Amino acid sequence: MGFTETLWTALDAIRNHRMRSILTMLGIVIGISSVVVTVGLGQGAQDDVRKEIASLGSNLLIVSPGSSTSSTGTRGGFGSSTTLTLSDADSIADSSVVPDVKRVAPVASTSVSLVNGSTNWTSQLVGTTSAWQQVRNRTLSAGRFFTAAEVASGANVTVLGSDTVSELFSGQSPVGQTVTVDGQQLTVIGVLKSSGTSSTSSLTGSSSSSSSTGSSDDDQAVVPITTEQRISGTTSTALSTVYVEAKSSATLSAAYQEIDSLLLNLHSITSSSDADFQIATQDSLLSAANSTNKTLTVLLAGVAAISLLVGGIGVMNIMLVSVTERIKEIGLRKALGATPSAIRRQFLLEASILGLLGGMIGAALGVGIAMALPSLISQSVTVSPVALGAAVGVALGLGVGFGVYPASRAAALTPIQALRSE
Amino acid sequence: MTTTLAAPDRSALGRPTIELHDVRKTYVMGTQEVHALAGVDARIDEGEYVAVIGPSGSGKSTLMNVLGCLDIPTGGQYLLDGEDVSHMNEAQLADVRNRKIGFVFQQFHLLATMSAQRNVELPLVYAGVPAHERHERSLRALERVGLVERADHRPNELSGGQQQRVAVARALVTEPAMILADEPTGNLDSSSTEDVLGLFRELHAAGRTIVLITHEHEVAEEADRILVMKDGELT
Repeated sequence: MGFTETLWTALDAIRNHRMRSILTMLGIVIGISSVVVTVGLGQGAQDDVRKEIASLGSNLLIVSPGSSTSSTGTRGGFGSSTTLTLSDADSIADSSVVPDVKRVAPVASTSVSLVNGSTNWTSQLVGTTSAWQQVRNRTLSAGRFFTAAEVASGANVTVLGSDTVSELFSGQSPVGQTVTVDGQQLTVIGVLKSSGTSSTSSLTGSSSSSSSTGSSDDDQAVVPITTEQRISGTTSTALSTVYVEAKSSATLSAAYQEIDSLLLNLHSITSSSDADFQIATQDSLLSAANSTNKTLTVLLAGVAAISLLVGGIGVMNIMLVSVTERIKEIGLRKALGATPSAIRRQFLLEASILGLLGGMIGAALGVGIAMALPSLISQSVTVSPVALGAAVGVALGLGVGFGVYPASRAAALTPIQALRSE
Repeated sequence: MTTTLAAPDRSALGRPTIELHDVRKTYVMGTQEVHALAGVDARIDEGEYVAVIGPSGSGKSTLMNVLGCLDIPTGGQYLLDGEDVSHMNEAQLADVRNRKIGFVFQQFHLLATMSAQRNVELPLVYAGVPAHERHERSLRALERVGLVERADHRPNELSGGQQQRVAVARALVTEPAMILADEPTGNLDSSSTEDVLGLFRELHAAGRTIVLITHEHEVAEEADRILVMKDGELT
C-alpha cells in the first residue's frame, strides 16, 4: 500500500469521525496556541527593550555614578551623587585623551513642577549640553534645540518632550510660549518628537545607569545644564549620567577602555573593582533586561509545554479508543491483505495528521491572539516564522510520538480476534 | 456474464488448490490441551466447489482460519496453490491472503464509510494496484455480481443480499486461487440466500474454486463435495 493510499485512508478516517478528530486536536490546538502566544510575548518584550535601548542613541556608552551613592542618588534628588562631575565629562570630551569618542552629553536632572498658566505638571528637568540631541539620536517635531552659546550663558530656554507638551499645552503649539519652573520663566524653543518607546523606566530597575534619567523619554523638559544648576540651586557639578557616543561601533570597546582608565585615573582609584562609576553599553543593558524577561518567558513556556504534553496524551487516548472502536475494520483490512506494518502506518499517519492539523490550527489561533493582544494589554507580541514552524513541528512530533503505541496495538491485533469481536 | 473475470487459465485441471497433510491445531487452555484440529488430511482441486459442514465445536472455525491463512497450524503441512504456508509470519500470510484468497464473511464486513466500489477496491489497494486499474477492475467485479449501478452506494443503502454480493465482488476482484465463504448465507433471508448461492453456482461454472463453510445442510448440498468436520477430524 503506497503512501498516497495510506494518506487517503487516514484522511477518510479523520473525516468520518469528525467530532472525535476535533476533540483530539483540541488539546494540541490549545497547547500550541499558548506556546505561540507565550513565546511571542517574551519576544515582544525583548523587542520592546531592544527598541528602547536602540532609541537611546547609537554607539552609546552610558557612564553613571558608582553604586555606593546611587541609593541616595535616586531618592535624594538627582545630581546629589558627587562621584561623577562636569569636569569628568569635559575630560571624556577631550579627544586627545579619549580619541575614540565622538560626542559627550553630560546630564544632571531634577524633578520639578512645570507650570503653564493654571496647568501644573510634575516632570523631569534634564540639564545637558547641545550635544545631547545628537548623542541621544533625537529629532524635533517643532522649533529647535538649544545651542552651545545658550548653554554657556545659562539661557532660560527649554525643549519639551511630546507628552509634556500634551499635558501642559493641550493641543496648542508651545513654541515661543513660556513655562514656569520654580519661579523662573523658561521659553519653549522646541518640541522633541516622540521616541516611540513607552518609557526608559523599565531599564531603570535593571541598571543604575539610566536611573539617572528617571523619566519617560517623552515626558521631560530639556534645558541647558547651566540653567538646570541654577534652578535646582546646587553649586555642585555632580552629574547623574554622562552619555558618550563612540565614533563607530568598531571603536565602542576601545572608547569603553579609554573612559574606564581615564576615570580611574581622575578619581585616583587603582583597582577597577573599587570604581565609583559604572559604564554601561547598550548591549549590557540589553542582556540585563533580557535575563529578567527570559525567566518569565521560560516559566510561561513551561506551563504551555505542559498543556502540550496533556494534548499529546489526549491524542494517544483517543487513538487507543479509535483502535478499539475500529477493531473490525482492522481485522477486515488484515484479512484482505494489510500487513501489520501497513496497519501501523495507517494509524501512525492518522495521529500525525491530527497533530499537524492541530498544530496548524493552534498556530493560526496563536497568531490571531498575538495580533489582538497588543491592543488589550499594551504589550507587543512578536511571533516569528521560526517559532511558528517550530510549534507546528512540535505538534507533528507529538502526533507521531503519542501515535506509536496505539498504532502498534492496532498492528499487533490478529485478524481472527479482530474479525470475531462484537 | 463477462468472460474477463473467468478463472485464470490453468491448463492442468485437477491441480490441487489446497493440500492438507496431517494438519493439527492445538490450543492450551490452562493445563488442558484442546486439539481443535487433530490431524486433518484433505485435498481440494482447482475448480472444485466444496462444502465443509459440521456442528459448532467441531473445529470448523479453526479449519476455516487455517484455510484462510488467518492462523497457522501447530503441526502438519498446508499447501495453498502450491505454496507452503504452514510456517509463514504475519506479513507473509497477509500477502498470501491478498493474492490467493477471496473472503466472504457471514457479517459481510463491508466498511460503512466507503462506497460499494471503494470496498471492492480494498484488496487491490493492499496489492499495490494503481488507482485507474483498481477502478476498472472493481467496476468489472461489481458488474459480475450485477451491482454495477450501485457502485456509489454505501453499504447501509444496500439490502443484505446486495451487501453480500458486494462482498463477493470484493472476493473476486483479485482473481484469487480460492473463494473462502464462511457461513455466507447465515445473515440472509431465503430469497437473498438463493441470490448469493446462485452467484456461487455461476462462479463455479466459470471455473472458480470455492470452499463454503456452513452448518446448514441445504446450503452444503449446493457443493460438488461435502466434507464433514467432527471432533477435529475431517471425514
